[in-house]
Amino acid sequence: MTKDIFVYIETRQNIVAEVSLQLLSEARKLKGQYAEKGMNHDVVAVLPGYQIENLTPILFRYGADKVILCEHEKLKEATTQHTTKVLADVIRHCQPDSVLIGATVIGRDIAPRVAARVDTGLTADATIIEVDMTSDTSLLLVTRPAFGGNLFGTIVCPNHRPQMATIRPNVFEKIEKEANQGEIIRFETELDATDWVEILKREVQQAKANDIAKARIIVSAGRSMVKHMDLIRSLADTLHAEVGASRGLVETGVLGKDVQVGQTGKTVRPLVYIACGISGAVQHTAGMDKAECIIAINSDPNAAIFQIAHVGIVGDAVTILPKLTEELNKILN
Amino acid sequence: MNEKHLLLKKLYQQFTAEIVKPIAAYVDEEEIFPVETVKEMVKAKMMGIPYPVTYGGSGADTLAYILAVEELSKACATTGVILSAHTSLAANPIYTYGTEEQKQKYLVPLNTGEKLGAFALTEPNAGTDAAGQKTTAVLKDGYYEITGSKIFITNAGYADIYIIFAMTDASKGTKGITAFILEKDMPGFSVGKKEKKLGIRGSSTCELMFDRVKVPVENRLGAEGKGFGIAMGTLDGGRIGIAAQALGIAQGAFDEVVAYTKSRKQFNRSISQFQNTQFKLADMATQIEAARCLVYKAAIAKDTQKNYSTEAAMAKLFASETAMSVTTMAVQLYGGYGYTREYPVERMMRDAKITEIYEGTSEVQRMVISASVLR
Amino acid sequence: MKIVVLMKQVPNTTEMLIDAKTGTLIRTGVDSIMNPDDTSALEAALKIKDANGAQVIVITMGPPQAAGMLRECYGRGVDHALLISDAAFAGADTWATSNTLAAAIKNVNPDLIFAGRQAIDGDTAQVGPQVAERLNIPQVTYVSKIVEVAKDHIIVKKHYEDFDETLKVSFPCLLTTLEQLDHLRFMNVTEAWGSFDKPIETVNNQVLQLKPSDIGLKGSPTQVRKTFTRPVSSEVKLIHGGSEEAIRAILSTLAPYIH
Repeated sequence: MTKDIFVYIETRQNIVAEVSLQLLSEARKLKGQYAEKGMNHDVVAVLPGYQIENLTPILFRYGADKVILCEHEKLKEATTQHTTKVLADVIRHCQPDSVLIGATVIGRDIAPRVAARVDTGLTADATIIEVDMTSDTSLLLVTRPAFGGNLFGTIVCPNHRPQMATIRPNVFEKIEKEANQGEIIRFETELDATDWVEILKREVQQAKANDIAKARIIVSAGRSMVKHMDLIRSLADTLHAEVGASRGLVETGVLGKDVQVGQTGKTVRPLVYIACGISGAVQHTAGMDKAECIIAINSDPNAAIFQIAHVGIVGDAVTILPKLTEELNKILN
Repeated sequence: MNEKHLLLKKLYQQFTAEIVKPIAAYVDEEEIFPVETVKEMVKAKMMGIPYPVTYGGSGADTLAYILAVEELSKACATTGVILSAHTSLAANPIYTYGTEEQKQKYLVPLNTGEKLGAFALTEPNAGTDAAGQKTTAVLKDGYYEITGSKIFITNAGYADIYIIFAMTDASKGTKGITAFILEKDMPGFSVGKKEKKLGIRGSSTCELMFDRVKVPVENRLGAEGKGFGIAMGTLDGGRIGIAAQALGIAQGAFDEVVAYTKSRKQFNRSISQFQNTQFKLADMATQIEAARCLVYKAAIAKDTQKNYSTEAAMAKLFASETAMSVTTMAVQLYGGYGYTREYPVERMMRDAKITEIYEGTSEVQRMVISASVLR
Repeated sequence: MKIVVLMKQVPNTTEMLIDAKTGTLIRTGVDSIMNPDDTSALEAALKIKDANGAQVIVITMGPPQAAGMLRECYGRGVDHALLISDAAFAGADTWATSNTLAAAIKNVNPDLIFAGRQAIDGDTAQVGPQVAERLNIPQVTYVSKIVEVAKDHIIVKKHYEDFDETLKVSFPCLLTTLEQLDHLRFMNVTEAWGSFDKPIETVNNQVLQLKPSDIGLKGSPTQVRKTFTRPVSSEVKLIHGGSEEAIRAILSTLAPYIH
C-alpha cells in the first residue's frame, strides 16, 4: 500500500482521542484531492492497543477505509518505547505515503522518534495540509506556524517517504460518513520484554474540571487586566463561559498555564471568544482565530486584535465589562 | 566597559527586574528594609564584587560594582544604598587598611554576604566637622573601652559588622581619631531609634549607642590617630557608590518618563510630540550621560590612580544634582499624576534628595574639588 | 554523574512584530534569549549538581554568536560549554539537527540529558526525542517536576493534557522539560566575571565527521517551500464612542449564542 495515508489512532482507556478522528476526516479530504489528480489513496487508521477491536467502527465512521489493528499487552498504555516500535514496524512493512499524528503530548512524544527511526521528515504542529496539485507526485504541502505564530511556513518532504506530520488538535473538524465498517488488518510485531519506564502513579490534575479547549464561550484577558480579574470572572460566570488568558497575563501568575491561549498555550475553537485588553500578538491569535465569533475590547484602536475580530470595541474593558455583565444578567434572568 | 561588564550589567538588570522593581513601591510605602532582596543578592554573589576571590569576593573591579548600584537604584534607591554602604563603607576600609587577620575574620564574611556591614562616623555634633567627635576610646587592660553615640547610620540594626570612629586622644583633633571594627553582639553596643525619612525609606537609618563597649586591640583598624585619614579615604570610595546611586535614580526616572510621555495623550496627541517635552527630555538625557561619564571615570580612577578624591567628588556632585533635577522634571512632565504615589517618580524625587546630602553634602564636594583646583 | 543540557538561543518571538505595510517579519531589534523551556532544563541540572554533585555540560548548536548564551551558562555555574557550529550544519531540520547533536553527545557520554520541551522559534518539540532515538536511550518528555534523583535512575512527573504521571526511568536517559518545571537562577557575579577565562569548545564537522547527507540543509528530509505572514483581514466592525453603544453591539453579537 505505498500510496496510502496512515493516521495514528491515539486512545486512552478505550476511548479514541478526538484529534485522531479529526485527522481521519482530514485524511479523507486529502483522499479526495488525490482523486482529482487521478490518484487513489486509502485512509488507513493504525490502531495500537490491547483488546480494542471494539473501537474500529468509529474509525470507519470518521473516514478510515481500513484499520490496521496492532494488539499487544504491552500496548495497553501508549508508551514511547512500544508505540514507537509498533509504528515504525508498521511503516517499514506497509510503506505508506504519509503518516498523520495528533500533536498531543503522546503524539509529540512518539512522532519524532518514529520519524528518526524510519529516517524521514516530520513537520510539527501543522494547521493546513493539502495535496500539491501542481505536480504529478503525491507531495503534501504542510503549513505550520513558527516564530510564535508570527510566520507561517509551508513544509514539504520531497525525497523521503512517508511524509509525516503532527497536527494540532481542534484545527480540523471531524466529519461522519455513512459506513461504519471496512477491512481490518491485524498486524503483529515483537516488543521488548523489559520496559524503559515504570509508571509509578497517575493522577488527574487538580482544578482541571474546566477545559478551555472544549468551551463554547471564552472570556479571555490580557496582561492589562491583571488587577481586574474579578470583572473577567463575573462576565464569564454570567455567560457560563470559561476564562482564558494571554501569555502576558499568565506570566504574572494570576492564572495557570492551562488557560493560556496561543502558540505556546492552547488552541481553542469556541463559538464566541471575548478578548479583553488583549493586544493580539500573533502568538496569541494563532490559538484562537478559528473561533466562530471574536469580540475584542481594547483601548488602542491600532491593536492587532482588531484585525481578526468580528466586532471590535475601542474602549477600556475595565469600564465596559461591569455594565456588560449587568445588562446580560438582566437579559438572562 | 568591556564584555565582562556588559554581562554583569545583564545580570543586574535581570535581578532588578525580577527581585527589586516589583517591591520598590512597597519598600518605600511601608518603610521596610528589604531583607529578602539582600538574601537574593547574597545568592547572586553581589556582596563582594570588587574584592579578590581569595577574600570571598568576586574578583571584579570597581566599575563592575558601581554598575550594580546603578542598576539596583534605577528601580529602588534603598536597595542601591544598602549595597553601597556595605561594599564601599564597611568592606573597603578593612580591605584597604586591615591586617590579614582582620581581613580573614571580617572581610571574608562581608564579601560572601554571610555578614552585612555598616560605617559610623557622623555624630549629633560632628557632621561635616568630623573633628568634633565625642565618642571616645580608652585603652585599658588590652581592650579599648568605647563610649558615645553615632547617628544616621545606614544599615544599622541589620548590619553585623560596623566600622566606627572614636577619639583616642581628644587633644589632637582629627589626629586623635582612631577606627575600630565592632560586632553587633558586643556587650554595651546597642542600636537606637530608626529615623523617619523623606526618601530611601526602606533603608535602615538609626542611632548607635556605645556604653563602655570592650573592643579587643586587634579590632583597631589602622594605627591610633589614623582614623580621620581612613574615614576620608573610605568616603572617597563611598562617594562613587552614592554617585552611582544618584545616576541610577536619574536614569530610572528618565526611563519612566519617556514611556509615560509616549503613552499620555493630551490635545489628541501624545505629550512626547510637544516640543517642550522633547527639549526637556533632551536636556535630561544629556545631563544623565554626562553624569555617567563622570561616575564611570571615577570608578576606573579608583582602580588605577593613587588619589581619586577629586574624580569621586565631581562624580558625586554632578550625579546627585542631576538626580535631583531629572526627578523633579520627571514629576513635572507627569503633571498631577506624577505627584501621586500611583506612579514611581515622586518616590524617585524624594530618594534623589539624599544623594546631595550624605557621604559629604554637595557643598563638601565643592570644597574637595576647589581645594584640588587651588592647590 | 555527568549531565548534558541541550540549549538553544532563540529570537524573543513575543517581541516580534509584523510590518503592517509589507506584511513581513521585523527581525531587527529583536533580542536573542535563552529558549524558555531550556531555562528550566538548565536549572534542573544545576539543582542536581547542588544536591548530589554532578558535572554539568551545556551543548548548543548555532552560529558563533551563541557563545554569548554559553557565557551566561558559565555565569550560573555550569562546568563546561560546547558550541556546535559549522556552516555545514546550517539550515538543518530536526532530523539533521538531532544527528549532529547526538554525534557530539556520544563523545561526552553523559548519564542524563536534559533538553527544553520545544524552542519558541520552531516550536517543533522534535529534537529532544530524536536525539534520544539516535542515542537509543529512553526519554520522558513534558517533565513538570523532578521527584527524586538516585544513582542509577530518576523519578519525574510528566504533564499530560489533563493528568500527570510519575515515572521512573533508568540512566542513561533524556528528559525534556516544561518551562514551569523550575525558574532559572540568576547568574552570579563571581562566575559571570570568571566566565571569560573559561573555554567555549567549538565543535565543527572536522571533529564530528558526519556525512554531508546526514547534516545541514542538504541532509534535511524536510524543506521549506515558502513562508508567509498572516493575511490581514479588514472586515472588522470597529466601534468607538460611548460604552453604551459598545455594549449594545456586544449584546446583539452575543444574542444568538446565549439563548
